[in-house]
Amino acid sequence: MKHLSVNHLLGIKYLNKSDIDLIFETADHFKEVINRPIKKVPSLRDITIANLFFENSTRTKLSFEIAEKRLSADILNFSAAQSSVKKGETLIDTVNNILSMKVDVIVMRHPNVGAGVFLSKHIDAKIINAGDGTHEHPTQALLDSYSIREKLGNVKGKKVVIIGDILHSRVALSNIFALQLQGAEVKVCGPTTLIPKHIASLGVTVETNLKKALEWCDVANVLRVQNERMDINYFPSTREYTQLFGINQQILDNLDKKIIIMHPGPINRGVEITSDVADSSQSIILNQVENGVAIRMAVIYLLAQQIKR
Amino acid sequence: MSSKTLLNSKEIEIILHRLACQLIENHNDFSNTVLIGLQPRGTFLANRLKEILTEQYHIKNLKLGLLDITFYRDDFRRREEPLEATNTTIDFLIEDKNVILIDDVLFSGRSIRAGLSAIQDFGRPKLVELLVLIDRRFSRHLPIQPNYKGRQVDAINQEKVKVYWKETHNKDAVYIEHNT
Repeated sequence: MKHLSVNHLLGIKYLNKSDIDLIFETADHFKEVINRPIKKVPSLRDITIANLFFENSTRTKLSFEIAEKRLSADILNFSAAQSSVKKGETLIDTVNNILSMKVDVIVMRHPNVGAGVFLSKHIDAKIINAGDGTHEHPTQALLDSYSIREKLGNVKGKKVVIIGDILHSRVALSNIFALQLQGAEVKVCGPTTLIPKHIASLGVTVETNLKKALEWCDVANVLRVQNERMDINYFPSTREYTQLFGINQQILDNLDKKIIIMHPGPINRGVEITSDVADSSQSIILNQVENGVAIRMAVIYLLAQQIKR
Repeated sequence: MSSKTLLNSKEIEIILHRLACQLIENHNDFSNTVLIGLQPRGTFLANRLKEILTEQYHIKNLKLGLLDITFYRDDFRRREEPLEATNTTIDFLIEDKNVILIDDVLFSGRSIRAGLSAIQDFGRPKLVELLVLIDRRFSRHLPIQPNYKGRQVDAINQEKVKVYWKETHNKDAVYIEHNT
């Protein structure tokens, strides 16, 4: 019988290939569940999950919440903006207080790198990292790979380019780990200022010419420019960024193959991607959102299975 | 471990035909009846019954679905070994249909309980019946009884009933194994 090799989902770098395969196989079953007339199973009836969001989120939070509800778990929602964190409470105190309410699983998004790892060392609950600063966003990477697998049959041997603000992106790092683990080739593309200096040490190649990157790839995963994390100007203007790294239909039509376009959201339409591309048949952006629920159900289910009564 | 044959291939063949005839007796042309095999082991029996009903008794448009009950089981987090899900393939609506749940061995009744919960997620059936090949009648944990049964067995708890199918073991047979 198969089970995960980890006790928490803190990052893709802690997973092995069998873990990813198991998550995908389980997600296949949950994808069937969420397309039934009644989209709910009773597996996690006696499990309580706290969603702790110390940073803004729409898609991820909703996706986790619906995944938890589809599994029949009880849910506590917590947003830092309306909490005692503002009054100076520490992370461990906040979480310990929540744990006193008998919570079994914590889904956490936090602006600080390593917040999930830190918590896992001090807290007796399953931790799922829903994004820690610019570090990792494991469920996003899993759902991205799952969507590629669904569309192309396999991730192995595929060429994936991640385009945009690599420097501030936890999606990029988790995707690099996940794709490489499954045998895909990864390239990053963006302004030199937004590409980490030592990224080649992760085994990815760098391309600063968008057209060349698109000609090379099977899949383009387009990222948003994270203005909120930028303390200095990394490029002269949004207009210039769009001219050099924005994807429009004309660029795609000039390629000699049909590549797949992905975006983790939120999209800045007209900046990194035009509306016609985002809504085109080559885009699997909405499939990613649907698959996100199945992947999160799978991760929660597999971790909850380890909680002994 | 000692083992004795409960049913051989010929006996299973006769039983399957009898079960098929009993189903026809109650469900005529199956126009409002569907078969649901419980994953994983009930599916062999369900497939075999469908084959007999369509090929030998000429039932047309017989619908067969396969139902995985993993997410409905009551032993989640209570087992040493994790539960592994299998596929659910039900490409029709259950709403207002007569449903025949099919499994190979009825033991504690807990799988059937899970199956009853799971099937409700595909609509509200008009009627649900249970068909099993082997009914271990003294082992029930829940008030669940089969409507159609191949053979009733009074096996004790230390004994295991093993059903082998041509598809997996190259022969049809039912054994009772006793741990000595």
